[in-house]
Amino acid sequence: MSDLRKLIVDGREIEVPPSYTLLQACEEAGAEIPRFCFHERLSIAGNCRMCLVELKGAPKPVASCAWGVSDCRPGPNGEPPEVLTRSALTKKAREGVMEFLLINHPLDCPICDQGGECDLQDQAMAYGVDTSRYHENKRAVEDKHIGPLVKTFMNRCIHCTRCIRFATEVAGVPELGATGRGEDMEITTYLEQAMVSELQANVVDLCPVGALTSKPYSFKARPWELDKTESIDVMDALGSNIRVDARGKEVMRILPRLNEDVNEEWISDKTRHCVDGLRAQRLDRPYLRVDGRLQAASWSDAFAAITERVAATTGDKIGAIAGDLAGVEEMFALKRLMESLGSASTDCRQDGAALDPALGRGGYIFNATVAGIESADAILIVGSNPRKEAPVLNARIRKRWRAAQPPIGVIGEPADLTYDYNYLGAGPESLSHLLAGEGDFYHALSAAEQPLILVGQRALVGDNGAAVLSAAARLAADVGATRDDWNGLSILHTAASRVGGLDIGFVPGEGGKIAREMVSGDSGLDVLFLLGADEIAMPPAGPFVVYIGTHGDAGAHRADVILPGAAYTEKSATWVNTEGRAQLGNRAAFPPGDAREDWSILRALSGALGKTLSFDSLAALRAELYEAHPHLAEIDTIKPAERADFGRVAAIGGAIAGPPFASPIKDFYLTNPIARASATLAECSAMHLGPAAEAAE
Amino acid sequence: MLSDKDRIFLNLYGLHDPMLKGARSRGAWDGTKAILDRGRDAIVEEVKGSGLRGRGGAGFPTGLKWSFMPKEIGERPHYLVVNADESEPGTCKDREIMRHDPHLLIEGCLIASFAMGAHTAYIYIRGEFIREREALQAAVDECYEARLIGKNNVHGWDFDIVIAHGAGAYICGEETALLESLEGKKGMPRLKPPFPANMGLYGCPTTVNNVESIAVAPEILRRGGDWFAGLGKPNNTGTKLFCVSGHVNAPCTVEEEMGIPLRELIDKHCGGVRGGWDNLLAVIPGGSSVPCLPAHLCDDLPMDFDSLRDLKSGLGTAAVIVMDKSTDIVRAIARIAYFYKHESCGQCTPCREGTGWMWRVLERMARGEAEKREIDMLLEVTYQVEGHTICALGDAAAWPIQGLIRHFRPEIERRIDDYAAAQKTGGAIMQAAE
Repeated sequence: MSDLRKLIVDGREIEVPPSYTLLQACEEAGAEIPRFCFHERLSIAGNCRMCLVELKGAPKPVASCAWGVSDCRPGPNGEPPEVLTRSALTKKAREGVMEFLLINHPLDCPICDQGGECDLQDQAMAYGVDTSRYHENKRAVEDKHIGPLVKTFMNRCIHCTRCIRFATEVAGVPELGATGRGEDMEITTYLEQAMVSELQANVVDLCPVGALTSKPYSFKARPWELDKTESIDVMDALGSNIRVDARGKEVMRILPRLNEDVNEEWISDKTRHCVDGLRAQRLDRPYLRVDGRLQAASWSDAFAAITERVAATTGDKIGAIAGDLAGVEEMFALKRLMESLGSASTDCRQDGAALDPALGRGGYIFNATVAGIESADAILIVGSNPRKEAPVLNARIRKRWRAAQPPIGVIGEPADLTYDYNYLGAGPESLSHLLAGEGDFYHALSAAEQPLILVGQRALVGDNGAAVLSAAARLAADVGATRDDWNGLSILHTAASRVGGLDIGFVPGEGGKIAREMVSGDSGLDVLFLLGADEIAMPPAGPFVVYIGTHGDAGAHRADVILPGAAYTEKSATWVNTEGRAQLGNRAAFPPGDAREDWSILRALSGALGKTLSFDSLAALRAELYEAHPHLAEIDTIKPAERADFGRVAAIGGAIAGPPFASPIKDFYLTNPIARASATLAECSAMHLGPAAEAAE
Repeated sequence: MLSDKDRIFLNLYGLHDPMLKGARSRGAWDGTKAILDRGRDAIVEEVKGSGLRGRGGAGFPTGLKWSFMPKEIGERPHYLVVNADESEPGTCKDREIMRHDPHLLIEGCLIASFAMGAHTAYIYIRGEFIREREALQAAVDECYEARLIGKNNVHGWDFDIVIAHGAGAYICGEETALLESLEGKKGMPRLKPPFPANMGLYGCPTTVNNVESIAVAPEILRRGGDWFAGLGKPNNTGTKLFCVSGHVNAPCTVEEEMGIPLRELIDKHCGGVRGGWDNLLAVIPGGSSVPCLPAHLCDDLPMDFDSLRDLKSGLGTAAVIVMDKSTDIVRAIARIAYFYKHESCGQCTPCREGTGWMWRVLERMARGEAEKREIDMLLEVTYQVEGHTICALGDAAAWPIQGLIRHFRPEIERRIDDYAAAQKTGGAIMQAAE
């Protein structure tokens, strides 16, 4: 602690590490420093000059965001450096800078989407003057077209360059830049191409003014008329923390929420812009297939039809598949219902990934944790494209790569991951090379203190999935990735429901069928429940399909009975992210029409079937859930895996051969029913995939 | 007046052979090895003792700057970067050196690099200087050929010179913007600290010096720091290239002693002010960025850093711009303001926004189309820009305007009155018609 430096801020003496900037030191001392260009997660630009403070002894005010505490010299008699954040000089400097920022800023606050949450507006109130002395014409800048998500009003730009730094540093796609110089400087993409990053919409949050606003949300609502609900994202398995802003019954927008352990303060474009998918294609009442056509029905008619079919069969001819967006509570309720019907055929693994909860949690969670990526000193990616499967997690890998350039190896489909990597091969045989201790990358892995082996879902599907997972576990053990103090074997999931489903054992029991068998033509099932399961080939004519879900997607098309459920923003539910972190989402709006929360549908159905479930409220359901699976009660924490888990996974063995790994995600923007219902994401998808659309321009 | 024996630049006007043979006959490359043999510290001390102040405008002691470089060469190589991006309006001294006396510069690069442990020097030449680059490159090639520089050269200090050509941006004459440009990035000044001596080119210790500062170094070391210190005045020692332009009968670049009275400089070397000394209106003594001085301050004006600073102006690059009474001084300063508005890099707020504002107000004032209270407002805006920016371009944009208002406020007011009067008499009908 001896290397702390003394500093006097506004007469208050504080001690801070020499690595601090003056801005950090001033905040430590409780002084508020206005800023525009400075952002904790971006490099320091020092260009807005709003954070100027008076430093005793310095000839002119200094930019506190860029001036280090170690750059301050002590006074002539060795007294600590003194910073004045409220002096006349500081005030004058701030007012001057604020005036300059405002002279060319348009007075269109009443029609600006940033109104109410504008840094410039707020700071002008606090640090500005109330009149304008600028009588020349204001600068006019042409707006740029940079894609379907970000709308530009370049007149409003104050050139803080946060967006440029974000795109270059965090997103890893250096597609924004400044052209021109002086007052003609303009932020733009190269030749006004559309941005391609999966994280691009974060620049809207970063923009301190209304220059970059959300295109789908433009002119839709004002921040003060929105009800803000803190929730959890389900678009990927990362479980990004989000804030859902709703007006009345309608979700208007989704914003990121700070969680250093999960998503820092970024979210992917899919997370943010699936909002309109919550409104389109919704199932708002029960449907019943009559004479081959789905017809609107009442809840009681729908239940009666199900009861009839269930009564006519036996438990071993009933199956249930949980989809990718399902919460733990409804899967738990469905599992209980299936148990009471005598069925062992339950599965939450639509893609057929060879993950077996019986082997222990260590075999299916991201053991290294997302924050742990930042201490990994060698990373092997097997059968995954994290940029598409979890863009925010990929940004974490990039952050680590920028900070320390750990060796990164990829086995699977080669892709632009926004960082450099060694391409080791396309499929399982490359993994067996590593396992045999061959190649430079094996040595890099074994030399690393904290090697991380990231296994994607694509490596785990197919007949060899279990063998590949086992091989990865053996490799992890071999290179010292599974120690008491470091668990480097990390499974990256793509489905938000998956870890929760595995946690509660939503997998086939004794004699039960797996998902693929349930939907095959010769499944022998009479009744099949689909809990929002759309990412799987639908069974041909045969079983009576009960679809509980939100959107008119694949499952609903095949269904014989549709029971309308609640989307993730419309219910309170638990999701367990890929790290095994249980997180609680909250209801921001109500389900449309007659739709109900899924757990209550299942509870009502159980009554109709004469197998009444033992809970009457969500609280009672959770009490039972937590009793059966205590770790799910520990919200926001991770129950770490036990070391023995890895041994069990490694012991599976088996031959590792088979076709090359490909990314399980063909189209990042359209991975689930909500995203597929979104016009915004459809536009993004068309723009990214369709050369035809480009040619038409 | 500087006697011929004390001149450093003997081929300033290109009358003799600029190449190696001619340069050698004038004393260049004479005893360079012996100078290097004195050792790093001795060279730095000698330059410190000479009192040489940087010739690029700021006047920072050159020897002191060299001494900031790390004493030991660590993992990172050291670099010397020579700032030949001579873009300050009115300045035309470095180009003469590069065209006609390039060997002084090259020899200086070798000595300075040795003194700071650098094996590589980059010379960053302004984009518009095509012929200068060719001349300098030819001289560098000659030196490689003669093994004066390069690997295993006759001086025993491996040394390379790389000539880089800019693209013509004024801001790239700012030392950190120059480094950015040299690295292939957009020429935008860096935040300081860290200073280049610590984190410069490619993150390595770097010293950036003006061409003239480097070019005079060999002669100082040959003749001794005391000789140089004996010229000029205390703290403003040595000789200096003055570039006199504007309303003089014979504009020229001339080497003179520091502290030479302005009138002597103009009368002796430039054939006097056009129309006689009494026809003088104002002088910008150090390139477009320093405040102008009105004629009555010029009668007995010593041209050195400290004297001009005391008059709230500056020696800058010693580019004297002379304006006689035919000059529209407000228009002239407005034109300078336009230059800075055009050359502002746009990185930081006060300069980006302030330069345009100041220029627009001045344009109106040049027509008289302003109000008198705007003069004080303009002055205040200049102070809002000055000292609040990342680099000195903001200051450079503010100073000429401050000089104008300080010395020519009555002229601005007169125009405003004239304009208002014209509006009253002639403009009444037009206004009604609007």
